[in-house]
Amino acid sequence: MEALNPALSTGRPKPSRSLHRFANPGQFLRLSGRILPWLVVSAGIVTVAGLVWGLFFSPADWQQGDAVRIMYVHVPAAWLASMGYAALAVCGLLSIVWRHPLADLAAMEIGPVGAVFTAVCLITGSLWGKPMWGAWWVWDARLTSVLVLFFLYLGQIALIRAFDNQERGFRAAAILALVGAVNLPIIKYSVDWWNTLHQPDTIHIFSQTTMPASMLDPLLVCALGFTLLFAAVVLARLRAAVMERRIRSLLMARVQRADGVNA
Amino acid sequence: MTNLPFIAGSYAVAIVAALALSVNAWLRHGQARRRLAALEAESPRRRGRQS
Repeated sequence: MEALNPALSTGRPKPSRSLHRFANPGQFLRLSGRILPWLVVSAGIVTVAGLVWGLFFSPADWQQGDAVRIMYVHVPAAWLASMGYAALAVCGLLSIVWRHPLADLAAMEIGPVGAVFTAVCLITGSLWGKPMWGAWWVWDARLTSVLVLFFLYLGQIALIRAFDNQERGFRAAAILALVGAVNLPIIKYSVDWWNTLHQPDTIHIFSQTTMPASMLDPLLVCALGFTLLFAAVVLARLRAAVMERRIRSLLMARVQRADGVNA
Repeated sequence: MTNLPFIAGSYAVAIVAALALSVNAWLRHGQARRRLAALEAESPRRRGRQS
């Protein structure tokens, strides 16, 4: 009986039907092709609206003055840097446990996008730190843990491309993504666990947010816009990767046919 | 507006990064789509179906 069921015979958990429904490249391309235009348009509109709102129509802070407007690009970039890495860890899990065929490709495409968002977070943080703290950089727990996150992204990008056998690269990168996920709670709680120059969190899900609505609203719109942008870019890159894989297999089949004719 | 160079610099970095990612993804996606369409049009299975 076990021999009839490969999932049982290999001892690997049985893949869920809903997850593997999207493993078919044709089905993935059809579905994502319908979603992508809407995602691109909504990402553009929401991001521009949020940035204009934050830059021109939100109030200045009583203590920081207009420099607080840097928050509207810095905070969403920081959230996306962490969420992107969490997505990498989920892809790593899907790849190692269920061998989902799209998980490795998704990880390969999320990595560079997450690294860019982390770099934006670090650079804008530095530009915010200079007028507020008088320093471009301090070895504070929050800043250092985000720098470690940036290096984890670079490591993941390098590992995927480091092996001649791409499957080995995917596996090594998936393990790094899972191990590196331990850095995410460190980033989140670094401002509580250590005395940091970085301010503590002002937005809370389960308790009172200590930020006026006139600043919180544009910040949430910017965060939504950046999230949609991240999703649109990753989806477009993933579609390109799936198509490139199909192109390679078609070219291989053509070479094999030509070899067969010549033999 | 106080600290204008820092604010302008931050927005410029974010906008340039977003545009670079978007344009790169768009170009790569378009190129892959065109190449795949051309290859599939030439594939014997497709030609067999058409004849």
